[in-house]
Amino acid sequence: MRIAIVDESTVRASIIEDGLAELVDCEIFVLTERKALLAQLAKLEPDVVLIDLGNPSRDVLEEYFAVSRALSKPIAMFVDESDDDAIGASIDAGVSAYVVDGLSASRIRPLMDLAVRRFNAFARLEADLAEAKGKLADREMIDRAKRILMDSRGLSEPEAYGELRRKAMSSSRKIAQIAEALVTAHELMGAGGGGGAVDGAKT
Amino acid sequence: MNLHLTIGFLPLVDACLPILAHEHGFAEEEKLTLDFVRDVSWATVLDRLLYAHTDAAHLIAPLTIATTLGRGRPAQPLATPFVLGLNGNAITFGLDLAIQLGLGDALPDPAELGTKLRALATTRREAGRQLRFGVVHRYSSHNYKLRYWLAACGIVPDRDVEITTVAPPFIADALAGGEIDGACVGEPWNSVCVERGVGVIGLATAQIWRRGVEKVLAFRASTLEEKRAEAEALIRAMRKAGEHFVREENWETNAAILARREYLDQDAALIMRAISDRLVLKKGHPAVYYSDFMFQHREAANFPWISQAQWLYSQMVRWDGLEYSDADARLAGAVFRPDVYRSALKGLGDSLPGASSKVEGSLSRPTPVGAQSGSIILGENTFFDGPSFDPDHIRAYLESLP
Repeated sequence: MRIAIVDESTVRASIIEDGLAELVDCEIFVLTERKALLAQLAKLEPDVVLIDLGNPSRDVLEEYFAVSRALSKPIAMFVDESDDDAIGASIDAGVSAYVVDGLSASRIRPLMDLAVRRFNAFARLEADLAEAKGKLADREMIDRAKRILMDSRGLSEPEAYGELRRKAMSSSRKIAQIAEALVTAHELMGAGGGGGAVDGAKT
Repeated sequence: MNLHLTIGFLPLVDACLPILAHEHGFAEEEKLTLDFVRDVSWATVLDRLLYAHTDAAHLIAPLTIATTLGRGRPAQPLATPFVLGLNGNAITFGLDLAIQLGLGDALPDPAELGTKLRALATTRREAGRQLRFGVVHRYSSHNYKLRYWLAACGIVPDRDVEITTVAPPFIADALAGGEIDGACVGEPWNSVCVERGVGVIGLATAQIWRRGVEKVLAFRASTLEEKRAEAEALIRAMRKAGEHFVREENWETNAAILARREYLDQDAALIMRAISDRLVLKKGHPAVYYSDFMFQHREAANFPWISQAQWLYSQMVRWDGLEYSDADARLAGAVFRPDVYRSALKGLGDSLPGASSKVEGSLSRPTPVGAQSGSIILGENTFFDGPSFDPDHIRAYLESLP
C-alpha cells in the first residue's frame, strides 16, 4: 500500500510517518510543500492520502480527486458508513483520509487508527509546548513588573515579588495577570518607553 | 433557558452576519450564545458540520445541495433556513489579460467583456495554452456564475478555457506566478489581489445575476430539528445584524470588527470596500461605486427561496453532466427551508414573502410582490443575458442554455 501524508507541518508529518512505519507492506511518502502538490501526487499514485484538516489545499485536493484524468484509479474521501465512530475520531484528531477505489475498509482501519493516535500525540505535544511557552512568557512578564516596582518604589526583589503575590491573592487572580496589568499601566503612563504597545485596532 | 450554537466559517466578508449578531449583542438579546470555529477550507468546514464539531456553518450554497444529493461522498441531508447574502464576489484578471481586455477604469458591460475575452481565449486555445481561471470550489456559486457568464458569451468552459480550484488565500500568488489568468472569488480576496498589484477586478458577480444567491447558513437536517429554538433565535439575531450592517454609520465599526485576528485577520480598509459597494478595481485607482455589489438584508435578501436552490441544482446538472431528475430537483429545493425562516420571524413585523419560490431573473424593474407580512418590493433581479429561470420548467431551461 502506498500512503501519502500531506502536511505543511514537517514535524507533525514526520511523527505520523514514524507511527505508520510499523505497518507492514506500506510505502510512506511525505509531502510538505504546497507547490506542485498535485503533480507530486500524480507521480506517486498513492492508495491512501492522509491530510490534516487545517491544510488549505484540501479543496484543491478534493477537486483533483473528483475530476483528474491523471489518476488511473479514482480516489474518494474515506467515509465508511459501517464505522462512523472511527471517521468521527479521525475528524476529532484533525486528519482526513482519501482512499483509492476498491481498497477494503479492513485494510484502511488499522492505518486510520494509527494515524489518529499519532495526530492526537502531536496535539498533546503541541499543548505541552504552548503551556511551556506560556510559562516562560509569564515569567518574563513577572520579571518586568518586579523591575518596575523596584525602580519606582525602591523595593528589593523579594519585596517586589511579595507585593505582586499579595495583590494576586487578594484579587483571586494569577500573579502573571497582576504583572501584566502593572506593565500595561506603566506603558500607558508613558514610562515604559514602548509607546506602541497599546493595540488601538481592537475596539 | 440558555441557548448555544457553535458556528463554522471561512474568513470572508460574507461570514459577517453571525459574527456581528454575536459582537453587537443581538444573539444575547435572544438568550443565545455563539462560539465560532474558523477554518481554511470548505472541506473542513463541512467535515466539522457533519461530525458535529459545529452546529451550523457559513457554507457555499451549492455544496449544501451536493452534500444532500451525495455528490462525491455518501449523501447526508443538510438544511438551510437562512441565506447569508446575495452576490459580493468578483472576477479578477491577471495583469496581462487585464491590459488586453482594457480593464481598470470601470466595470465593463459583461457581454462586451465576454466578446473580447472570447477572441483572446480562442487565440490562446489555438496556441495550445488555454486560459485558466481559478474558482474557490467546484460546488460554489463562484464556479457557477463564472461558467454561466463564459458560456453565455460563447466561451465553452473546460474546452475553450480551463477552470480549476484555488484556495482564496493563494489566488494572489497564483495570479502573480501565472498559474491562472483570472479567478472568481469573494471579498476581500479580489481587493487583496488588487493591492498586491497582481490583478485587476473586471466584473462583479452581481453583473452576471443581479440578485444571485451566495453563502448560506447550513445545518445538518437532523441538527436543525434538534436545535430548532437555537436556529430560530439565530435567524432573528442575524436579521438584526443585517439591519445594522447596511446602515452607513455602522460601516467602519463593522469593518473593524470583521478585520480582527479571530475573524478575517485582514485590513479593515479592504473589508470596507465590499461593505460600502466601493471597489478599487486597479491598484492606485480611485474606488468605483457599483450598487448592490454585495446585497444584504433589504428585499428579504436572507429568505431561502426554493427556486434559488433549484437554480443551483440546474447548474450542477449542467456542469457535472448529470441526468436531470424531478426527484433530485425536489430534494435540492428542500435543502432551503423557508418554513423555518418564516416560523422564526412571524409576528415580528419583518418582511415575509407570500410565496416560497419564484421565477428567478424575471424582474427588470422594482416590483411589489405578495407578502405574508410587511411589504416587499423586489428590485431588478435579471441575468445579464436575459433568460429567466422558472423552477417549474427546469428541463426546458437547461435545454435553452448554450
